[in-house]
Amino acid sequence: MKPKSEQELADAVKASAAKGTRLQIRGGGSRVGLGHGVTGELLDTTGLKGVSLYEPGALTIVAAAGTPLETIEKTLAKEGQRLPFEPMDHRALYGTNGKSTIGGVVAANISGPRRIQAGACRDSLIGVRFVDGDGTIIKNGGRVMKNVTGYDLVKLMAGSHGTLGVLTEVAFKVLPMPEAGATVVVEGLDNEKAGAAMSTALTAPYDVNGAAHLPASADQSARTCIRVEGFDGSVKYRSGQLKELLGSFGDVSIEAEQARCAKLWQQIRDAEAVAAGEGDIWRVSVKPSDGAKLAVLLGDKAQLQFDWGGGLVWVCVPEGTDVRASMNGIDGHATLIRSSEPTAKQLGVFQPEPAPLAKISAGLRSRFDPHGILNPGRMG
Amino acid sequence: MEMPVPDQGVLERKASIVARLEQLLPGEAVISDPNETRAYECDALTAYRCQPLAVVLPGTTEEVAACLKICHEEGVPVVPRGAGTSLAGGSLPTADSIIIGVSRMNAVLETDYDNRFIRVETGRTNLSVTGAVEQNEFFYAPDPSSQLACAIAGNIAMNSGGAHCLKYGVTTNNLMGVRMVTMEGEIVDIGGAHLDAGIYDLLGVICGSEGQLGIVTEATLRILRKPEGARPVLLGFDRSEVAGACVADIIKAGVLPVAIEFMDRPCIRATEDFAHAGYPDVEALLIVEVEGSEAEIVEQLDKIKTIARKHDPAELRESASAEESAAIWKGRKAAFGAMGQINDYMCLDGTIPVSQLPLVLRRMEELSKEYGLDVANVFHAGDGNLHPLILFDANKPGDLETCEAMGAEILKLCVEVGGCLTGEHGVGVEKRDLMLTQYNEGDLEAQVRVKDVFDAKWLLNPAKVFPLITTRTRREAA
Repeated sequence: MKPKSEQELADAVKASAAKGTRLQIRGGGSRVGLGHGVTGELLDTTGLKGVSLYEPGALTIVAAAGTPLETIEKTLAKEGQRLPFEPMDHRALYGTNGKSTIGGVVAANISGPRRIQAGACRDSLIGVRFVDGDGTIIKNGGRVMKNVTGYDLVKLMAGSHGTLGVLTEVAFKVLPMPEAGATVVVEGLDNEKAGAAMSTALTAPYDVNGAAHLPASADQSARTCIRVEGFDGSVKYRSGQLKELLGSFGDVSIEAEQARCAKLWQQIRDAEAVAAGEGDIWRVSVKPSDGAKLAVLLGDKAQLQFDWGGGLVWVCVPEGTDVRASMNGIDGHATLIRSSEPTAKQLGVFQPEPAPLAKISAGLRSRFDPHGILNPGRMG
Repeated sequence: MEMPVPDQGVLERKASIVARLEQLLPGEAVISDPNETRAYECDALTAYRCQPLAVVLPGTTEEVAACLKICHEEGVPVVPRGAGTSLAGGSLPTADSIIIGVSRMNAVLETDYDNRFIRVETGRTNLSVTGAVEQNEFFYAPDPSSQLACAIAGNIAMNSGGAHCLKYGVTTNNLMGVRMVTMEGEIVDIGGAHLDAGIYDLLGVICGSEGQLGIVTEATLRILRKPEGARPVLLGFDRSEVAGACVADIIKAGVLPVAIEFMDRPCIRATEDFAHAGYPDVEALLIVEVEGSEAEIVEQLDKIKTIARKHDPAELRESASAEESAAIWKGRKAAFGAMGQINDYMCLDGTIPVSQLPLVLRRMEELSKEYGLDVANVFHAGDGNLHPLILFDANKPGDLETCEAMGAEILKLCVEVGGCLTGEHGVGVEKRDLMLTQYNEGDLEAQVRVKDVFDAKWLLNPAKVFPLITTRTRREAA
């Protein structure tokens, strides 16, 4: 089914709840493969589309959940603005070709390299409307960027993969597009030195908004990339300072050509260094200094990409490898992003929670989806 | 203010409940003498007071857990308390409640500059978090006006903001992890030095839940390297609308100042009498602050001045030294104190879309005439978070009630134009009964479900956030 309005969608969910029909919720389908497979009637959200409010002077945009991400980005670009959190495009990784919807981005809390400075999707999200498993329309938050009125279900909905409700409308705080950007590149560092270099950059007063490390590959030496954005003069100054600061780590250069910079960070954002690999793909969030330690524990068989100053490790390993089993003494969470269904079943896609938290999560699920019809089993 | 009828059974068992707590904690950590519990009868919303059954001040997370276990077994309501600076009555006790205060728990547990976080016990004050890292040129970004006194525990409970959140976000954007004790006395760790949640974003729900889902005893907070410098510019305008338009133009131009503060004429005059900051006598005044290296500051201020000049400002004063910067901020920082000097006041906290500023300011003037009480405005203009101060005389019978009625009208106006009841202070008891102007019953029901999951017996921080009528059946069933 493909409802054309929020009310139609609510009615459809209500009818499904009455019959106990399980629903498989889908936006553009660009992330089919993320989370456990779900069987059920298809609930296509792309009938809900359009930007309902955009006030550039208030840095606010509100759109129906099925609106293509591309439409949002184009609308913002016309006014020289953008989504702060740089959402990743999963199509290369999954080999899909659908158009990502803004609701899908929220449902999976998709962020990119700028997460370290501008926050995740959930940090820019200021309001939601959704339909719960009973078919009730619920709103939380709103369209203003400071709002502590009642509990923050906005955050709860971000990253809940449709298991607590079907998003119908989302509101964001947006930011101005910078006038300029530059990337400081250090060549030839091993993972540990790269971690130290990224930490040095991130603890300097230069407002770094991207810090990634691409280990050496067959045709390219290792690159550690540090990004700054802003007004032209400021970018020149900060990239210059960073070049000097990182000089002791290795050969440093500044890439200031906009198209090349954009391409580089798109590759990092979309984890292209591992997406092309054969095998299972994991996304591991750790304390930044644990990134290089994890690499050592995983050994030579793993292909890696580091983002978030080392705190986000993309891992490609031979099929069936349990990356969590290698995280000895390393805190964080590992998500199995791409694998065969049997491997996903065996290892679990999401990091298992300790019992008291698992009880809370199950409690939330049973209250927001009492009939168990919303993407049942998606999160395990 | 309607409060739930105290549980007679609990009141009668006071002696045995206190005895159980005293067995658990060192002597001075349990306070049950009414002469001493009086200090805890209210927070910064002093119009409402109620003595609790007792107060406990545990020294460790384990002690908090043991206290909660007892309260859970005994069916005793618990009111968590940080530093008691809530302006919304967020830690107002009920007569049958035990206050669990975290003020003795204020240690720094871990500081990690390389990974840019600090782990603290939540009784620590906001300003002293920055105090613990500033020797290394780092800071903790959220900066509520009460930061000298308020505790991180309360900041997390209310998801506090501050003047600089236009750039750095509010508490929830800077909170990476918590250690929390559930009402059942279970200790859980959520988040940590890594980013984002593995499954549901429980951290995001706990932050801003006003102490109703658990007691947070430890917090992992993001710390940032201080910028090289910062400098404000002061802009004066003859009309508030023009000041509002100037704010929108600055933001649209791609400049993201760390702060844009707004003061109106009543506030400027009161502040001048008190602090003598040398402010111009204008209808509206903006303080816009930017950060960075010297060259970056100049670059941003040039853009701001160019935009401001298009709006024909009555005053444009750029700071040329640290002293001048301090002078520009002096009045703003003294504003609340200045108002307190001349009057009793009630500080509101609604947020509006910034485009609605002229309309809202005009409506507030009309309401001021209608109710016969003056309003002064000082607020964070960049994000639309208003702080209208309604001036009244606490000694004049009926004045408080008039003030509250007018406050409610202003908050309803904020909701009407697309905003919300509270931007950074929280709902507490103060705005509890206005919740249905912003949310319908279904919206509130969804929030209440979360409470059911975390606190099935409905014992944590009773009578806050939700109108009593919407939760009555649940409280009685629990």
